[in-house]
Amino acid sequence: METDGSFYRRERARLLAALTRVFGVGNLSLAEDVVQETLAKAFEVWSWQGVPEHHSALLMTSAKNRALDVFRRERTPRRFAPALQHLLESEWTLRPAVEELFLPPALQDDELRMMFSCCHPHLAEEAQVALVLNMLCGFGVEEIARIYLASNAAIEKRIGRGKMVLRESQRLFELTAEDFAPRLSAVHRALYLLFSEGYHGAGEEAVVRPELCREAMRLVRLLVDHAPAATSATHALAALMYLGAARLPGRTDEVGDLTVLVEQDRSLWDRRLIAEGLALLERSATGSEMSEYHLEAAIAGMHGSASCFEETRWGDIVGLYDMLLKVRPSPVVALNRAMAVAQAEGPAKGLEAIAAIAGVERLAAYPFYAAAVGELELGCGRREIARAHFQKALGLARNAAERRFLARRVEDCGFP
Amino acid sequence: MSQFVFLYREAGTPSPNELEARMAKCLVWFKDLEQKGHLAYYGHPLNRTDGRVVRDTKGTVTDGPYAETKDIVIGFSVVEAKDFDQAVKLAAACPLVEAGCLIEVRPVLQL
Repeated sequence: METDGSFYRRERARLLAALTRVFGVGNLSLAEDVVQETLAKAFEVWSWQGVPEHHSALLMTSAKNRALDVFRRERTPRRFAPALQHLLESEWTLRPAVEELFLPPALQDDELRMMFSCCHPHLAEEAQVALVLNMLCGFGVEEIARIYLASNAAIEKRIGRGKMVLRESQRLFELTAEDFAPRLSAVHRALYLLFSEGYHGAGEEAVVRPELCREAMRLVRLLVDHAPAATSATHALAALMYLGAARLPGRTDEVGDLTVLVEQDRSLWDRRLIAEGLALLERSATGSEMSEYHLEAAIAGMHGSASCFEETRWGDIVGLYDMLLKVRPSPVVALNRAMAVAQAEGPAKGLEAIAAIAGVERLAAYPFYAAAVGELELGCGRREIARAHFQKALGLARNAAERRFLARRVEDCGFP
Repeated sequence: MSQFVFLYREAGTPSPNELEARMAKCLVWFKDLEQKGHLAYYGHPLNRTDGRVVRDTKGTVTDGPYAETKDIVIGFSVVEAKDFDQAVKLAAACPLVEAGCLIEVRPVLQL
């Protein structure tokens, strides 16, 4: 059992998804209360007895018994999921009905349906991701506020509003509904943002947050394993996460500081994840669809399958970035493309590509824009100019690790 | 060796997060006591929201736990120690104390 709190988070999310279906999404806060009670009781009992082997199953049984109690106590005709209502009316049908609701296949569906429910079109993307973090990953308001560098009050408001929209929708999202496809792309987007938050986190304490990446991967896995959701874009999204996660151990050095790709110790990359990622990438290529996730996954695949920095097929990567720019025109993508150009054709060409970025002013506050220019100037041998750019980047750094990384690059330019 | 009953007391109810954090520590502490031969009986945690107090032979009850005390007994164990001093030292190392609980240490009466 994990001791870093992820156990509690995971179980909370699982129980909440199940109880929300059982009670109906209109009774979300009742479901939340029952989850809290169930967990609190388990932790107290286990403080004395130790955590039993089948703790997940025990928790689910305990939640089920509490659900039965709630139904017996409040058997009023108004509150619960309409489909269940008649079954809950007699003790004869109550128990088997509730037993069935807690069978394992139903439980996996719950998490999926909860995920789709959280990505409600009335909610902004950031609210969707906050809800996913809270309801499916079990993160509390404080943790989410820390992830977003936002105040507790702001996040509480964001989640509170999200839950209100959820409750108003009356029931969890039907996975077979006709608005499934557009909702699926919102789910993709939310999971993509969740993964990116872990991968490029601008948090104060850590530059990477592997736990967020793990959660995104767990949820994308649910999509991959569930036929209607297992589309070509789903496989591509999963591939890009696996290939990205494989490189996580190399992204920071032993004290948690960023390392540049050139310096990364590729022996730290997770070969198993790379293999899985490449297999997912292959499965994503079955249709004619070419989503942004396909392109990003393909780029990650290029990095993942190169055994050393020099062997990377930079020309192909530039081509993929060109396509990605068409699907998702963004100065950050263009900046990454320029860095690939620099690898393929030399730093001078890279600088030209940077100068040609449309909307480059939107990168003004992004420390890695100035750092990229610094990198290429340094590559051209103009140490002093490079130094000035790294210095500027240093001034924009968002956390201690970024500051240490950029200070090191300033020093690498030598003193004027 | 003498036996002491540890009565763990606490005011208020911690959040599941806090309970989870203290669970891991409690398990370590219990294991340590057991390995050093100090644990006569693990005991049990007690339901902190429910209880009855029987007041007389007619079975008159009031809702308990003792309404007049703020610190409810949330669990008990039986500990073996060579004297009161040692028992108190063992109790002081309990993570529940660190978490704000009290431990009432009561020697088992012996002839």
